[in-house]
Amino acid sequence: MIEIHLRHRQGSFRLDVDLALPAQGIIGLIGRSGSGKSTLFSCLAGHIRPTRGCISLCGRPLYHSEERINVPPARRGIGVVFQDGALFPHMSVARNLAYGANNVGTAFWHEVIEALDLAHLLGARPARLSGGERQRAAIARALMAEPALLLLDEPVSALDPGLKARTLDLIAKVQARTQVPMIFISHAPEEVRRLCDQVVTLQGGRIHSVASSEWRAARPFAAVASVGGLRCAT
Amino acid sequence: MLSLTPMEQSALMLSLNASAQAVLWSLPLAVGLGWLLGVRRFPGHALLNALVHLPLVLPPVVLGYLLLVLLGRNGVIGGPLYEMFGLRIAFSGEAVVIACAVVGFPLMVRAIRQSAEAIDPRYARAARSLGASELRIFVTVTLPLMAPGILTGITLAFARAVGEFGATITLAGNIPGRTQTLPLALFTVTQSPGGEAEAMRLCLLSLALAGAALLASESIARRMTETRAPA
Repeated sequence: MIEIHLRHRQGSFRLDVDLALPAQGIIGLIGRSGSGKSTLFSCLAGHIRPTRGCISLCGRPLYHSEERINVPPARRGIGVVFQDGALFPHMSVARNLAYGANNVGTAFWHEVIEALDLAHLLGARPARLSGGERQRAAIARALMAEPALLLLDEPVSALDPGLKARTLDLIAKVQARTQVPMIFISHAPEEVRRLCDQVVTLQGGRIHSVASSEWRAARPFAAVASVGGLRCAT
Repeated sequence: MLSLTPMEQSALMLSLNASAQAVLWSLPLAVGLGWLLGVRRFPGHALLNALVHLPLVLPPVVLGYLLLVLLGRNGVIGGPLYEMFGLRIAFSGEAVVIACAVVGFPLMVRAIRQSAEAIDPRYARAARSLGASELRIFVTVTLPLMAPGILTGITLAFARAVGEFGATITLAGNIPGRTQTLPLALFTVTQSPGGEAEAMRLCLLSLALAGAALLASESIARRMTETRAPA
């Protein structure tokens, strides 16, 4: 389970989130600009320290304000993929992928590279890659560290429609193969509709709704989600 | 023109040697301070920044005098050093290196700080999420991305050190073969009747040195920036 119970103030903005979701599949986190998506992303990744509350992943506390637990980002086991990939520009794609791959097996290495169609790009520098290739390499780099959860912050929003569709399909494919749970942050309903099993909608710093994708009614609602009133599991 | 007189050779070698040593000794501190000022925000940031850049705006003679007060035989630091170890810093070859290091230091820190500021903070965040320690991030991500700035800083500081005059003559004097660098030799010949031709030779030598250093810096920095364009 991913359990998030947070209160965070940043200037006049308030994030007030209570959420418990099974850590499986691809969870869409959708909302307009200023809804709190990026703040929640930063709290989960450990980039910012929430004012109070708790975050736990599969029973492991990552943050608990009352118990003074704040696991540093390097030990959270949460992978991040930024909007433009943020690949290390001075390293080849292969070196980028190997950066966090300390204990990864050869089979997993090849599995990810094959699923994301990166074999022919391993020797290239990030500056020579297209936007879609960069995003695929960034996702592969994050997966090579074998995270317990992968956060994708609007990973396809800067891509043109054709590339966007292909990249979304590849994300779905690699998730199915690796079974790493993902949180896909987006402001575009069509991206979430295409990719996600469950959808969390943020509005004004609060959870507006938690549901299976309404647009994919044919698929069973996999999530047992609850909103509000939950105690911190630590 | 290609053959140098013994005085020219001595002044040239002394300038090159002192400038290289000045850059080498100040480089680790400049990298540390450049990174600190460029990446971190902390109380006293503006004060530290102002202190580092002070030699850039102070007249070199004032700087030399302050160094003399600190490092002279009766100085705050120089006094105890002489009493305990018999070390005499003022009017020695080491004084030339110190004067060159102090005047070149702000230029080096400034170039390094600017390159550190330009690094996208998400690289470090991505590295952290991949389990990297802060030391590993600094060595494998931050330092290589700061490299063009470090190189520019080295070259600027070296060029400034080669041209250094005021602080050197005040702290190290103008002793031929010992502390007489190129600018000091040029100053000496301009004070002698009929020294115009010699002065022009030394002037051209200084110009060639500084120009070569700047051109090399520009060229290498451009090449490094091209291969490391942000992804």
